[in-house]
Amino acid sequence: MEQVLTIKQESKVLEVTENVLVIKSLYKSFGENHVLADFNLELRKGENVAVLGKSGSGKSVLIKCIIGLLVPDTGSINVLGRNIEELSIHEMDELRTKIGFLFQSNALYDSMTVRENLEFPLRRHWIKLSAGERDKKVMEVLTNVGLAHTVDMMPVELSGGMRKRIALARTLILDPEIILYDEPTTGLDPITGKGISTLIKEMGEKYNTSALIISHDMSCIRATADRIVMLIDGRCYAGGTYEELRENKDPKVKQFFE
Amino acid sequence: MPLPPTWQQFLDEAGGLSRFTGRFFSQGFKPRYEITELLRQCYIIGYKSLPLVGLTGFIMGLVLTMQLRPSLISYGAESQLPAMVGIAVVREIGPVITALIFAGKIGSSIGAELGSMKVTEQIDAMEVSGTNPFKYLVVTRVMAATLMLPVLVILSDAISLYGSYLGINIKGVISMDLYFKQVFDALSFDDFVPAFIKTYFFGFAVGMVGCFKGFNSSKGTEGVGRSANSAVVVSSVLIFILDLLAVQITDILGLN
Ligand SMILES: Nc1ncnc2c1ncn2[C@@H]1O[C@H](COP(=O)(O)OP(=O)(O)OP(=O)(O)O)[C@@H](O)[C@H]1O
Ligand SMILES: [Mg+2]
Repeated sequence: MEQVLTIKQESKVLEVTENVLVIKSLYKSFGENHVLADFNLELRKGENVAVLGKSGSGKSVLIKCIIGLLVPDTGSINVLGRNIEELSIHEMDELRTKIGFLFQSNALYDSMTVRENLEFPLRRHWIKLSAGERDKKVMEVLTNVGLAHTVDMMPVELSGGMRKRIALARTLILDPEIILYDEPTTGLDPITGKGISTLIKEMGEKYNTSALIISHDMSCIRATADRIVMLIDGRCYAGGTYEELRENKDPKVKQFFE
Repeated sequence: MPLPPTWQQFLDEAGGLSRFTGRFFSQGFKPRYEITELLRQCYIIGYKSLPLVGLTGFIMGLVLTMQLRPSLISYGAESQLPAMVGIAVVREIGPVITALIFAGKIGSSIGAELGSMKVTEQIDAMEVSGTNPFKYLVVTRVMAATLMLPVLVILSDAISLYGSYLGINIKGVISMDLYFKQVFDALSFDDFVPAFIKTYFFGFAVGMVGCFKGFNSSKGTEGVGRSANSAVVVSSVLIFILDLLAVQITDILGLN
């Protein structure tokens, strides 16, 4: 009995150090609209977790809480071993450089060229970089997303799928440890969407990142995620691999797999 | 007793703007300083408004002279024309008209630019990438507007006095030397300094209101248009209110 206890404790310690993101009993409401109620999640290093939920279920709210764009009502969010509610503005900005965030709307700076879009975080956080090194880094990530030729174009000149890939390049440029994807394939045709899914998977392996992928696109989730968390009624309703959840008999879960 | 909705809205607005201004003072003077962006904004806000400000200044001086001349002739005081125009332009018309033009051009462009950045989540993107958007976008623009408007007003004053000189020469002759001697004889330190100081406040108001409206733009492209529009309206009204305050203050200080 005692032995079991110590093993349990050890594995717990191991787990804590391995987790890059731990969310505990998160609550967030807008007035009477209780969007998140007792939401829990753990993301381990190197793992891709998908959060699946209906439109308006609070998926965007969830990742905006993680990155500090929204302040949760109660609950704790621990990112890379640090509780974000305890951080000063300055420390939070520093932590944010280790988290990539892909916006549902891409949010490219439309007054800047693709190159300037990608250079913006570099100029501000990797100040020591010379112009040559900066250029090399920009071309490297652009080549990785397959869009090296667009470097001097403006975002408006690009198609939706291209913009998504540029936005992905921008989230990758500071070598983040965690990437939060907000519906990376929504609004794209299935073929382009598939390309993006493959890219997410590849980049995750290449840059050795952990990812939280918010989506309701099953093919994207299947292609990218190791594990799925279902966000229903503001909490983590069910979890498991794609295959496990597909066998789930609960009607609320089942509707996603029909 | 509940307030009528328009009053409620007005007070909400005023409260929001005051808080936004408070945030400027609490964050604006702490590192990190966005010097490069400030200089870029000074260039955009100052240099790009030059042609418009120059043109309106010139026409203002010319027209003012041509309008004043008949009345002055009827009083037999035509020789006072340079002095009258000089005082009117430097003390009141130059600062206020330039500030209004500035509100129209810069206030609306700041409101629209930040508004569209807001609704397309570019401001959030900036925050997420670890850059404080308030410092990077708001503080730099407000500072640039505050620093550039006084410079533009001085240039506009000079150009409009030159316009007035040409206006006098349409029907009559006066040498440039004599004209400017008469203008500067009529002007004193007390005319110039308060007029100059108030332009800093005008510039600050235009920058602040433009940024406030843009930053609080509501979703959708319609929201962007509304921010740009109300940025101009509110900052223009503020310019007049500040002008009224300025005249009271100089009066109390005995600078008239
Ligand atoms: N800033 C806000 N103020 C008020 N309510 C908000 C705000 N942001 C989100 N909400 C509300 O929170 C709920 C969840 O919104 P959210 O954007 O997270 O949905 P979502 O799951 O991302 O949906 P979608 O798949 O359509 O993107 C919605 O009911 C929305 O109205
Ligand atoms: Mg969303």
